[in-house]
Amino acid sequence: MSNANPSPARAELSIDKTALITEGWSASARLRAADGVLQQGLPQPRDEYWKYTRPQSLTQTTTPSVSHLEEDNGELFADLDVLKLVFVDGIFDAAQSDVAEDESFDLEMLSDVKDVDIHWAGSLYGTLEAKGQTPVPRTLAQYNTAVAEQGILLHVKGEVQRPINLIYKRGTSAQSDALLHHTIKIDAGASVTVLETGPVGARANIVMEVDLGEGASLNHIRSLGRDAERLSVSHVFARLSSQSQLKSFSLTMNGALTRHETVVEINGDDAIAHVAGASVGDRGFHNDDTVFVTHDALRGESRQVFKKVLRNGATGVFQGKILVKDGAQKTDGYQISQALLLDEDSQFLAKPELEIYADDVACSHGSTSGAIDEDALFYLRARGVPHKTATNLLTLAFLAEAVEEIEDAHIAEILVTAIEGWLERRSG
Amino acid sequence: MLEIKNLHVKLEEEEKQILKGVDLTVEAGKVHAIMGPNGSGKSTLSYVLSGRDGYEVTDGSASLAGDDILDMEPEERAAAGLFLAFQYPVEIPGVGNMTFLRTAVNAQRKARGQEEMSATEFLKVVRAKAKDLKIDADMLKRPVNVGFSGGEKKRNEILQMAMLEPRMCILDETDSGLDVDAMKLVAQGVNALRDEGRGFLVITHYQRLLDHIKPDVVHIMADGRIIKTGGPELALEVENNGYVDLLEGVAG
Repeated sequence: MSNANPSPARAELSIDKTALITEGWSASARLRAADGVLQQGLPQPRDEYWKYTRPQSLTQTTTPSVSHLEEDNGELFADLDVLKLVFVDGIFDAAQSDVAEDESFDLEMLSDVKDVDIHWAGSLYGTLEAKGQTPVPRTLAQYNTAVAEQGILLHVKGEVQRPINLIYKRGTSAQSDALLHHTIKIDAGASVTVLETGPVGARANIVMEVDLGEGASLNHIRSLGRDAERLSVSHVFARLSSQSQLKSFSLTMNGALTRHETVVEINGDDAIAHVAGASVGDRGFHNDDTVFVTHDALRGESRQVFKKVLRNGATGVFQGKILVKDGAQKTDGYQISQALLLDEDSQFLAKPELEIYADDVACSHGSTSGAIDEDALFYLRARGVPHKTATNLLTLAFLAEAVEEIEDAHIAEILVTAIEGWLERRSG
Repeated sequence: MLEIKNLHVKLEEEEKQILKGVDLTVEAGKVHAIMGPNGSGKSTLSYVLSGRDGYEVTDGSASLAGDDILDMEPEERAAAGLFLAFQYPVEIPGVGNMTFLRTAVNAQRKARGQEEMSATEFLKVVRAKAKDLKIDADMLKRPVNVGFSGGEKKRNEILQMAMLEPRMCILDETDSGLDVDAMKLVAQGVNALRDEGRGFLVITHYQRLLDHIKPDVVHIMADGRIIKTGGPELALEVENNGYVDLLEGVAG
């Protein structure tokens, strides 16, 4: 596991209820969340849900020092026409951000409106997170709800043309502890693309709650930098109404501990949820994708596709669950998690789960880990492709099934280029 | 072009000698065929020459146009002009056939200090050569050999050969799994590449491929050695009488 020497004396994050925001639209959600954390406690190594990933570095008060790697090529999506919203060490920076002038959505910052009495987000903030506490507690998200002061409040009313790019930059602090809570409501028939990019902070705790109305659509792409020592925990909570569509893709490169939880609740008939990810890491890399999809409606379709490339002692974790509730007939659930282990020191730990209470469903899951296909490698080399190029080609081929989950070809190409860069830097 | 002297090869992981002193010289412009029963070491010879792992050369040498190839990496041998048409072409999901071909062509060019082929030039050349082999555009777009029929895989091997323009081509049982029409098509592809600067070594069980790719020299291999060398008539002898007489002749 990534942090090998947990000190028993390590102080854990705690909530001071007197310091909470006690007035305004979010107060009751914060109080509820705070009580939840106080009752349940933050994740502990003995917790079944944290069996493969040690939570201490995420729950301790001290943030480790994390050196920042400047990207040579600037912003990941610099070539796309995006609406830029910049956060520096988790704090919104209006001066570096674009001004949103678009009738298809309303956008505010949590930091600007956290004290007002009434806000549309009052009916959403913390509610999906609260539902996501059962059957498995997710108290780091609860902690986030209680104390968050940064993040976007996005109300999408139509088809948003320009992707909204949340750009997370590092500031001068080596120990920045960033905490963001994004609240997104997408009206019936509306659609938006949200891109999250950049290293966030030395440590990050990000929650995104998304409520999709009938026929609404969210395309979510995330790549949180490549600082090798960074720590991050994130939770996406999504509720899907009928015929809505969620597509979420994460590219994870490097990081001492990255735990991405995605909690999807399909409430309306004929909804589609695709959650996918590609990860590449070496040495101290520990990457955990934990997905929980609940089908509670007819003819829902869900896909979980995760591919991890692990080198030099890196660790990949996947915990994926499909829960089909009684009555959720004609559910089509698919889940695959695969690791390519480029050496014998790396490991992949997977826990695929299906829990089905409806009798007319099609659900499948699979999980594999393996090395580079030696026959394919020799075939490529016999055609003159050098060993390293051939290995990289086969590695990209391995990741292709996950990358294919990205609908937008241009975005997929940008991410593939980023992966190619990562592979080439390691080919020496 | 290809000069093999007293080549002894054993399996790396067990004490099993496969090649027990192979001597063979393929001149530029010539087509040599190797025939032999199962287990005679024909495929091992092709793998050892192309640099596959798992074999240990215990004695002897092999050189291509004067350069020792046995110490080279597989990709270096390819760049030096050696090509092996695989008996079982490998399926590579996720790698497009076109990407594969372009990467291979340009990697070899780069290794030889030549300029890389531009995307448009490459496309033009590959389309023309694919057409000759009746390989349609769809096959070029699909992942390497994935879902290809036996015949398509072998035609794809010949397309790679045509694109890479090697000096020395080894065909390892290219006729296996082919129907008569597919075999003709493959043979046409090979014959189109016959050239005074290029050598061929055609490994086969059966004479029928040699009806289409006419050899200059035929060798019979058995128990890790070449036991008899002759003209095309030797292949016919095998076709008519099998290997038994030849093997007995040697033993006696």
